[in-house]
Amino acid sequence: MTRGGRKVRLLIGKVGLDGHDRGAKIVARALRDAGFEVIYTGLHQTPEMVVATALQEDVDGIGLSLLSGAHNTIFPKVMKLLAEKNSADIMVFGGGIIPEEDLPRLQEAGIRKIFTPGTTTQEFIDWVKENVQPRRR
Amino acid sequence: MKPKNAGRTAVASSRTRHDWEETTLRKALEKIPERKAAFTTVSSLPIERLYTAQDLKDWDPADRLGFPGEPPFTRGVQPTLYRGRLWTMRQFAGFGTAEDTNRRFHYLLEHGQTGLSVAFDLPTLMGRDSDDPLAEGEVGREGVAIDTLADMEVLFKGIPLDRVSTSMTINAPAAVILAMYLAVAEKQGVPLAKLEGTVQNDILKEYIAQKEWIYPPVPSLRIITDMVAFCTARVPKWNTISISGYHIREAGSTAAQELAFTLADGIGYVQACVEAGQDVDAFAPRFSFFFNSHNDFFEEIAKLRAARRMWCAIMRDRFHARSQRSWMLRTHVQTAGCSLTAQQPYGNVVRVTIQALAAILGGTQSLHTNALDETLALPTEDSARIALRTQQIIAEESGVANTVDPLAGSYFVESLTNRLEQEAWKYIRAIDGMGGIVPAIEQGFPQREIAEASYLYQKQVDQAEKIVVGVNRYTEGDTMKAPLLKIGPEVERGQVDRLLSVRAGRDRERHARALWELEESASGKANLMEAILEAIRAYASVGEICEALKKVFSVYREGRVHL
Repeated sequence: MTRGGRKVRLLIGKVGLDGHDRGAKIVARALRDAGFEVIYTGLHQTPEMVVATALQEDVDGIGLSLLSGAHNTIFPKVMKLLAEKNSADIMVFGGGIIPEEDLPRLQEAGIRKIFTPGTTTQEFIDWVKENVQPRRR
Repeated sequence: MKPKNAGRTAVASSRTRHDWEETTLRKALEKIPERKAAFTTVSSLPIERLYTAQDLKDWDPADRLGFPGEPPFTRGVQPTLYRGRLWTMRQFAGFGTAEDTNRRFHYLLEHGQTGLSVAFDLPTLMGRDSDDPLAEGEVGREGVAIDTLADMEVLFKGIPLDRVSTSMTINAPAAVILAMYLAVAEKQGVPLAKLEGTVQNDILKEYIAQKEWIYPPVPSLRIITDMVAFCTARVPKWNTISISGYHIREAGSTAAQELAFTLADGIGYVQACVEAGQDVDAFAPRFSFFFNSHNDFFEEIAKLRAARRMWCAIMRDRFHARSQRSWMLRTHVQTAGCSLTAQQPYGNVVRVTIQALAAILGGTQSLHTNALDETLALPTEDSARIALRTQQIIAEESGVANTVDPLAGSYFVESLTNRLEQEAWKYIRAIDGMGGIVPAIEQGFPQREIAEASYLYQKQVDQAEKIVVGVNRYTEGDTMKAPLLKIGPEVERGQVDRLLSVRAGRDRERHARALWELEESASGKANLMEAILEAIRAYASVGEICEALKKVFSVYREGRVHL
């Protein structure tokens, strides 16, 4: 996916101790097949590790995956660390086992979109095309 | 007097399949074409329109089926199956603190459940304490938080360990958690020889699918073989490894991959114990299995029947076990969590019923039925009760438990059983060719095969080639919402407080000595279990014990991930 002369770069991050990586790998592969540059962090990443990788790889968007129920703690922490690094303009989205009632709280923390179970690959590809732009640098 | 239809029967019996295809079938297809060009299982195995005696023409029932309770055990490991005793209804439970889960255990036992099954939270599963930085937000969320023996004492309060059988879903730290259970038994005055239960203790499928590892494969297998030897000698009724396909399937494998990789893991464990000098017939009867039951009804039944037949061949012909008990594949089954939908969650009750029925017709020894809300959270008391009632209705009302292996001899079921077996042997031969399951894992072979199958399935669902009711068809009317169980942040605070008070109150010298001796044992060749048990008695935490072992064994890092 090329925007303004260069490809949109995305980081797909598995945060926390949760090992359920079926979804994250499907998301990473589907986005790659759709033409994005995709980096997958691998498992068991702390918020600090995800943010460090995102900055080092100079990504435009971060997709966080978590199925263990710790999203209310871990997702906002990623947002806080990004803000501390003056990188709050990196578009962050997420997915996993996330009950609907937790969505407003995560959106308030700055997560732009949460994909819940049953989402098709086309739905998130379309959303990323629509919403993630190359960052100005 | 001759029956009226005698003439017609004579005609029918001389007709071939070809005759039928050319006449009756052809006319029917001209009138109503079939719904699809090709029919396949949920795993994309092709399914024919019709199966007949032709499909089983080289198939010898004496060799391929036998009788129930006799080799090759296709028809089940018990001669009377559920006529003697129903399967064990074992609902997996655990959340919050040890007190919370202890209350749920008492509730389940009062409601007729016949065995306990403990779910641990992620920090415990990963060998980390509740105050570990990586545990933040995870404590008590997916299962019960256990840090020290003090928690385990609370977990089994009021439950005499000689009167229940307990299954504990724990892998990388399995030896540590088992040692805690043994220490609780010691405190209750229950002899270890009387304890019955299971630890999952299946680290190989962690590298393949669930990804909850600590150490690399080789030292992990050393811990396992030490634990198996200890149990053979001291806890003889304990099931030492529950070789698990469940998670392989949840990670997106096909039914044939689940079957193959699970049996390949089983081969890996038997091989490791034999190489450690153990007598195969002393330990193998205590290995059990744990399979998934997914949506495709006949494929799941065929998978379980094929699994028993294959394990019998593996143990008899490959490992030359002499005892028939070593040849028997006993299994637990859980319905497929990954098949449940967040949309229209009450539909999940129906999915679970079909999956449970498949497990029972496949001859399982115990069963967990998922609750309708498990795509979103841990079950509430109400949803957990419906899940248990599903099994009770099948057991008591449906009549399927009245006879042994009712589908044997079905052209279709036997053909599908053969097909699953052939597919699985192909994988096992490929893994043998790589030098066994450990090198295959190190090369990422099973991981890659599963990732491919999972991506294919997702594409099929996206394109509505595979239908998921409520997700890609019949989506209107998503108004039903299931109430969810909440785990509050106070659980984490309370658990960390308890851990800190245990640390402050224990005998420091005994604790330090026990951990030092554990490291010594790990560096040498002594059986690790005694040292772990002593560390537990000294109230060392799960995290402290695993840290001590990491110093000797190092930690596992996943290689390049196949996308």
